[in-house]
Amino acid sequence: MSRRPYVRPMSRTTWYMRNGRFKVYMLRELTSLLVGFYAFLVLFGLVALSAGSEAQWNDFLASQQGPEMIALHGFALLYFLFYQTFAWFNLAPKAMPVQLGEKKLPAHFIVIAHYVAWAVVSAFIFWLAGAI
Amino acid sequence: MTIARKALVWGLFAAGGTLTSFVFPSLIALFLLIASGNTPVGLEYGQIHAFAASWMGKASLFGVIFLALWHAAHRLRVAAHDLGLRVDGLVASVLYLVAALGSALAVYYLVLI
Amino acid sequence: MGTRQIELEVMRYNPEKDEAPWFQQYSVPCEEDWAILDALIYVKDNLDSTLSYRWSCHMMVCGSCGMTVNGEPHLTCKTFIRDLPDKVRVEPLENFPIERDLVVVLDDVMQKLQLAKPYIIRKDDPPPEDEEYPQSRAALKKFKQYTMCINCMLCYSACPQYGLSNDFIGPAALSLAHRYNLDSRDQGKAQRLDILADHDGVWECSFVGACSEACPKNVDPAAAIQQMKVDGTMEWWKQKFGLTGDKP
Ligand code: SF4
Repeated sequence: MSRRPYVRPMSRTTWYMRNGRFKVYMLRELTSLLVGFYAFLVLFGLVALSAGSEAQWNDFLASQQGPEMIALHGFALLYFLFYQTFAWFNLAPKAMPVQLGEKKLPAHFIVIAHYVAWAVVSAFIFWLAGAI
Repeated sequence: MTIARKALVWGLFAAGGTLTSFVFPSLIALFLLIASGNTPVGLEYGQIHAFAASWMGKASLFGVIFLALWHAAHRLRVAAHDLGLRVDGLVASVLYLVAALGSALAVYYLVLI
Repeated sequence: MGTRQIELEVMRYNPEKDEAPWFQQYSVPCEEDWAILDALIYVKDNLDSTLSYRWSCHMMVCGSCGMTVNGEPHLTCKTFIRDLPDKVRVEPLENFPIERDLVVVLDDVMQKLQLAKPYIIRKDDPPPEDEEYPQSRAALKKFKQYTMCINCMLCYSACPQYGLSNDFIGPAALSLAHRYNLDSRDQGKAQRLDILADHDGVWECSFVGACSEACPKNVDPAAAIQQMKVDGTMEWWKQKFGLTGDKP
């Protein structure tokens, strides 16, 4: 009896096509592109603001207008909500479980707390921006 | 020491993930308002300039940019690995460098305001 | 009780004859309450005695009958025919070398479980024979879930990071380390930090979460690993500010 274990190959570049769970995972990871994009967009805003002239800032605002920008931000908002914000909140209780005495706090309590806090933070930001 | 570096990198990534999850939907929504020509009053020159000129404003803007860039860099590094780009040293250096550069520029322009 | 004809498509590999694995079809008359394991036993008893697979308890305790059923890792003793279509594909667990047919080589993970130092480590001398370390129920609850592991290795089979790099210590071993770290009787956390600190430890995990979905015992290894990351990060800051006596 000779041993000759067989190793099945696994593609290093396309493994995530194997099942739906892996595809969702890759979609989730790609929100990092949006995070980087908006961080730089805010930075460009700061550049315009630092010139110290109202015209410069208005130019920046004008450059951000238009139907293609509406489409871009609209898509980004939905994508980001589902694959980053909600994904992050839903996974939070795994990383930070809460135990009170002999009982573990049910995971959905922690998730709901995140959504409530998020609503407060969002309201604050809109208030700060004068949008509400 | 490995633990030191990994823990620091991961800690900033987690902080950035939490911050962006909470803040970015509103941020993108504000850009959506701007795009549709409904710029909120708080983003008109006088008000936003005053905000960015205050210490609170500077600190929060820097915090958002720095943590978001770090978070993005770290996750893109992992994504590159997942997509089969197995040159972690190079990928990590480039991405963290871009994040550091962006953060440095944020400091520079915030000081100017 | 009626029987249902199931077309089993079973991966075969004979190291003495085959260059690579191939699929063999068996048509099996299954009883309504059968699990896939019963169908395999039927094949071996009635159709083809050369088929090799592992099993022992047939009741979700031994953890040895893990296989890939229709693409997903499962304990075949609890994967029931009634929940499956008429055509079922049975393969060995993914991410492990195939020893023969449905039997895989587990040497690597057996070694990794050792790395977790899965035993209570004390700094003081062990107590006399007739004494014990007391533990409250609340303290037990903290880690109870992580003691449920039966070493079935479905989590390793589900984990793409382990598949991509066998150096990754992996879900079950890391959960096991976490289980002892959380145990109020244990003082060995600093020693287990190696597993944390190492490049192939918790940081290699990108939280796909597949391990927790595959786990038949609700151990939730993905949660354990994220908690270890949080813990490792906190530990680092504490050390930075000299808030802890523990030195790794
Ligand atoms: S953690 Fe779950 S899936 Fe992994 S070996 Fe233990 S029981 Fe099996």
